[in-house]
Amino acid sequence: MNPEEVRELETAIGLIVEIADGMGLDPYPVHFELVPATIMYEFGAYGLPGRFSHWTHGRAYQQIKTMYDYGLSKIYELVINTNPAYAFLLENNTVLQNKLVAAHVLAHVDFFKNNAYFEHTNRSMLETVSINAERLRRYEFEHGRDEVEKLLDAVLSIQEHIDNNPRLRHGAPDEPIHRRRLDPPSTPFDDMLRLGEAKREEVPEPRKFPAHPEKDLLLFLADHAPDLEPWQRDVIHIVRAEQLYFLPQMQTKIMNEGWASFWHARIMRELDLTESEYVQFAQLHSGVLSPSKRNVNPYYVGMKIFEDIERRWDEPTDDERTKLGRAGGEGRAKVFEVRQQDNDASFLRNYLTKELVEELDLYLYRLEGDKWVIVEKDWEVVRDTILNSMTNFGQPYIVVEDGDYRRGRELYLKHQHEGDDLDLDYADKTLKYLYQLWSRPVHIETIVDGKSTVLTYEGQRGRAEAVRR
Amino acid sequence: MPPTVSLSRNDWTLHRKGPIDQARHNERVKEAIKGNLGEIVSQESIITSDGKKIVKVPIRSLDLPRFRFDRGRKNHAGQGQGKSKVGDVLGQEAQGQGQGPGKGKQAGEQPGIDYYEAEITIDELAALLFEDLGLPFLKPKGKALVESEEVRFDQIRKSGVMSNLDKRRTIRENLMRNARQGRAGFGGLSNDDLRFKTWEHRIREESNAVVIAMRDVSGSMGEFEKYITRSFYFWMVRFLRTRYKQVQIVFITHHTEAKEVDEDTFFNLGESGGTKVSSAYQLALDIANERYPASEWNTYPFHFSDGDNWGEVDNQRCLDLVKALLGRSNAFGYGEIQEGGRRSPSTLMSAFHQIRDPHFIGVTITKKEDVYPALKSFFSTREELPKVAAR
Repeated sequence: MNPEEVRELETAIGLIVEIADGMGLDPYPVHFELVPATIMYEFGAYGLPGRFSHWTHGRAYQQIKTMYDYGLSKIYELVINTNPAYAFLLENNTVLQNKLVAAHVLAHVDFFKNNAYFEHTNRSMLETVSINAERLRRYEFEHGRDEVEKLLDAVLSIQEHIDNNPRLRHGAPDEPIHRRRLDPPSTPFDDMLRLGEAKREEVPEPRKFPAHPEKDLLLFLADHAPDLEPWQRDVIHIVRAEQLYFLPQMQTKIMNEGWASFWHARIMRELDLTESEYVQFAQLHSGVLSPSKRNVNPYYVGMKIFEDIERRWDEPTDDERTKLGRAGGEGRAKVFEVRQQDNDASFLRNYLTKELVEELDLYLYRLEGDKWVIVEKDWEVVRDTILNSMTNFGQPYIVVEDGDYRRGRELYLKHQHEGDDLDLDYADKTLKYLYQLWSRPVHIETIVDGKSTVLTYEGQRGRAEAVRR
Repeated sequence: MPPTVSLSRNDWTLHRKGPIDQARHNERVKEAIKGNLGEIVSQESIITSDGKKIVKVPIRSLDLPRFRFDRGRKNHAGQGQGKSKVGDVLGQEAQGQGQGPGKGKQAGEQPGIDYYEAEITIDELAALLFEDLGLPFLKPKGKALVESEEVRFDQIRKSGVMSNLDKRRTIRENLMRNARQGRAGFGGLSNDDLRFKTWEHRIREESNAVVIAMRDVSGSMGEFEKYITRSFYFWMVRFLRTRYKQVQIVFITHHTEAKEVDEDTFFNLGESGGTKVSSAYQLALDIANERYPASEWNTYPFHFSDGDNWGEVDNQRCLDLVKALLGRSNAFGYGEIQEGGRRSPSTLMSAFHQIRDPHFIGVTITKKEDVYPALKSFFSTREELPKVAAR
């Protein structure tokens, strides 16, 4: 973009903000920054500018960059959920493209500010990740790059396993238990010899550790891993804090993108576009919203649901008027209410109707032999499967069952199996990383092909053994 | 009240965090290739490549593992254009292609394993492979052949090209001459002071070596056996040609009769019939004696077979011939291919067990991944052990 175009964009953004305001959007102040493609990809790969170095970020960077270089895909915008918000625009986009992106971004920021699931988000995360990156650099300097990388590999392999409801956490943190045991009998006749004696006091069962199954693996490891150095615990906390920041975004992906697409279309229609600009806009818009054979396109599905909600509350059917008491004309108010209260799971459960599933032509497919085949079109099954895949962000739900397993401080995890088996090859390798952090044997109980199974890694090589019941 | 917004543009040219981490990722790819050489070496795509092009090698374990669901056993949601119906095929699973025969765990069978395809040229791969390989028991022999000419810029002369003037030495000469004449300091430069850098041609010498590659092409050699033989000799020939410019390679194929063939025939021949290994050893011995006298040549016979020989009588003859060959060779390499290690022990290898000579190198190959270790055991540089008196 040349300086003249930049000025044009600046004016347009001012206008877009006014239109958005008139429509009821309520974003934080936004700082837009024009950046070259390489910087955009870097930020895309790291999730946030200035985040710590790791080869997985390098790999993501390479992938995104390759996709761009071959013209396969392009990141149009990147918006950071902070106050004030930061948004990055591609400097080699056309003015029209960047206008659309600016409108899209404003709706994102409105969502960040007003959706309930972002209530506890750290709004100065940019500074936090920079400080974290600086700490990690210091640890690299003190302990060597390889040491830090080795640790990060292990921690990142379980980074998804944190508690997404930190505010609902139960009472006091768990203390490691003090072991108490009955004196072992010295002869088989002990009980006979003691017949005359007063009955010894029952020793209560040792308190469980942790008292409740612990969902937050990272926190548990940071607090209780037997042999970690303080700096290593700190690294776990860093990864956990950054993951917590990203959680609400993972939780509201469809809503957030749907909301932004819903509004960018409306805002763009208010702008005084020339015919050629309008064609450009329509192309870009339909490109972003094109359905995907193998995924659910969050932009498209999200936007369609919001549009459907608006329509159904604006013009309720007679049935809805009499039975549900909808007055009509409440569409706008309703979509704002939904954006405030829901997350993806409740959004789909409440508003993905039979008609929508059919209109969107949603289906389920699976691998049969070596072909991916459509296997289900029934709307309720489709909706429920999509919902299930959102449980725990599509990650297996894993808890710490026992931090003192076999009374030897071994770690016993339990996969709360809800129908889908684990990828055993990956699980074996992840156990090795867990062992590295816990430095005692680690176990995970799961179900494989309907049979209860415990995978174990004891330092040499993992072995799977069936739990005896 | 509309929120405040601003737009700015900064200079990002010095920002290069992404490329730095990308470089680290590439380093990890290299490491992973090195760690998986055994698996990669015997890839079909490499053996059949023309040697110049870039090959794609699958690398496991580069992804960070995590607890995840088995993707191949799950239902996924997707979206059609409006007319999708149950039974429509969306596409084919792409993994599991391009695997050579005899590979135990194919990617396609295990939907859980993600392969990362790294691109590498055969030459880069060869450099990694051959890093610490060499001909064992190599000795200086006979009249040396010219191996390479090299130019070294380390001579100083009084005449030369002005552009090669060595200023430091010239000044020093001048200072010394002035000092001899009782004057201190620099000045009055004469032609006599000038010093020039110049070069010298050097010739690096290398011992003569001949490798006699013998290949069993009899009917009992199945697909797997042929594949392993080709794979091994592919790398061996490449290795010898890269490392030793003057190594000669003699190619011999045999079933019940042995014959000397050219390289192309050697790699592509498929015959059938019985097996008489002694015929190959006899031919090797004859060729060696005729063309490569032991006094002037380091000799390395190699033989690959499934070990299925004609009978005990021929095994005995083989044993005698191997001893004869060992007597005039630096090392004798024998590779026996037994797919899955299934065969009876009545093979050639068991006959060779009686050979106690450290110059005899026997290797059994049971799976594709054994090719690289075989290369390593045949071509690890070894020195002659000092002779120890028998106790």
